[in-house]
Amino acid sequence: MSAPTTAGRDQFPRSMRFFHWLMAAMVLTMLGIGVAMVASLGDYHWLVSVHRPLGIAIMIVVVIRFVNRMFSTLPPFPPTMSAQERLIAHLSEILLYTLLFVQPLVGWAMLSAARYPIVMWGSLHLFAIVPHNVMVYAALRKAHTILAYLLFLAFIAHFGAVLFHTLVVRDRLLNRMVPWRARAS
Amino acid sequence: MPTESTSSAEKQRASAIGSRTLGRMAGVGVIILAVVAAFLYLGGWFSPHKLTPARFVNGFEDANGVHPGFRRNHAKGVCVRGFFESNGRGARLSKAVVFQSGRMPVVGRFSFGGGDPYTADSPTQVRGLGLQFSLPDGEEWRTAMINFPVFPFNTPQAFYDNLVASVPDPNTHKPDPAKMAAFAASNPEFQRAIRMIQSHAPSSGFDNSEFYGLNAFRFVDAGGIATYVRWMMAPAQPFAPASAGGSPEADKNFMFDALIASVHQHPLHWHLILTIAQPGDRTDDATIPWPEGREQVDAGILTIDSVESEETSPARDINFDPLVLPEGIAPSDDPLLSARSAIYSQSFTRRAGEKKEPSAITPAEVQK
Repeated sequence: MSAPTTAGRDQFPRSMRFFHWLMAAMVLTMLGIGVAMVASLGDYHWLVSVHRPLGIAIMIVVVIRFVNRMFSTLPPFPPTMSAQERLIAHLSEILLYTLLFVQPLVGWAMLSAARYPIVMWGSLHLFAIVPHNVMVYAALRKAHTILAYLLFLAFIAHFGAVLFHTLVVRDRLLNRMVPWRARAS
Repeated sequence: MPTESTSSAEKQRASAIGSRTLGRMAGVGVIILAVVAAFLYLGGWFSPHKLTPARFVNGFEDANGVHPGFRRNHAKGVCVRGFFESNGRGARLSKAVVFQSGRMPVVGRFSFGGGDPYTADSPTQVRGLGLQFSLPDGEEWRTAMINFPVFPFNTPQAFYDNLVASVPDPNTHKPDPAKMAAFAASNPEFQRAIRMIQSHAPSSGFDNSEFYGLNAFRFVDAGGIATYVRWMMAPAQPFAPASAGGSPEADKNFMFDALIASVHQHPLHWHLILTIAQPGDRTDDATIPWPEGREQVDAGILTIDSVESEETSPARDINFDPLVLPEGIAPSDDPLLSARSAIYSQSFTRRAGEKKEPSAITPAEVQK
């Protein structure tokens, strides 16, 4: 027997849904800017000028989001998800949180090691977190690219799994996260 | 009979569900592929002929060879230190802290254009000066200048096409004159700029060279009023023409050696001259000079009082990206600026991870 439900009962709390969609927009924008700027001459400068502060903003928001998640009550997994799927969902959540924090940190460290000023907006800039060393810069720059691809793959896997549940299994999995009130099971 | 019909109906239903599921699965696949394709498109995967920073730097490597650990252009250089003393007169044009009265440390690098780090010094070869001003509020201003009053190219594509035309012929080891002529023929702005550059006799050395920022920049004052400005460094050391013949060819580093000797004798000075555009002056074309008589502001004095080899100086590992700008100086609409920033960054990233070879100007040479 299904538990008595009110509309939206099985949804994530409103704060978690807010952070989810905020980050989705920020991260997709960021991935698009990142891949475009490294191939661009004419748009390079303005793209980099958005990339830097947006990356730092993602790093800050992911910390707030993580704290918020720790204090939130999560809805149970839908019955259509097997134990294995639940484990994968859990691990991919950890992976995504980790990447979303580490990637901007690597970016910040990379610019520090190259001795670039880390300009946020106007004259506001961040301090360097790594001493000037171009070998370290080169390694971090490579790591930044690898982490970006990893992040993109993790996003595609997450996006694909949700699409599969929503469109193929049709278990209203997406309703757990939609911004409006909806019945998820 | 009834059982048979039920089972066939079930089979039909099962196959209908099966094909519907397959159709939905295919739909999921299409959506995912579309997202992946959108990212590949943004990354330029579908436009293999688009000029990218990587392809541009490949052009430098094709023309000059790969010299690991060195800048892909302006590879041969020597590093300097000193300070800039702002007299405050630039503050009416820009709120940048660099123009407020005061003194701030500067790190720089004199160089020759071209990708060969061991090239022989020559007065006709383009000279570069990269500077990094460390502003009192923690901001930075970097500029990369050359001793030409205008730049020979007004778009990244023209620069690249010239680079491709100058790739040495495998037989003659020199650029193909026919290709160079074809480039010049299709780029009249290049011919005009070269004529202008050649009409100025080069000075004898780095110490009495003018250095030009070339591109226009947008200065913004404290009230938010924008002015377009080009800057140059005017030497306090008197001009002397480069000697036509009898240059000491035996010494491949004679111009750097002269610079080193000169700094050892006394500090060198340049005035930072800001030239102010009038409405109608081209801000997006570095091949076109602004008319004579434009108002100029002497914003302060650059002093260079020490010189060191790349091997011991932090300047070797600084990217003199012309778009590292303090608040109050912004890029103009010149298409070269963003491209320079992107290409310098690509060159910097490549050499950063490579093993560093000794520079032509060694620490011992600087001690002499």
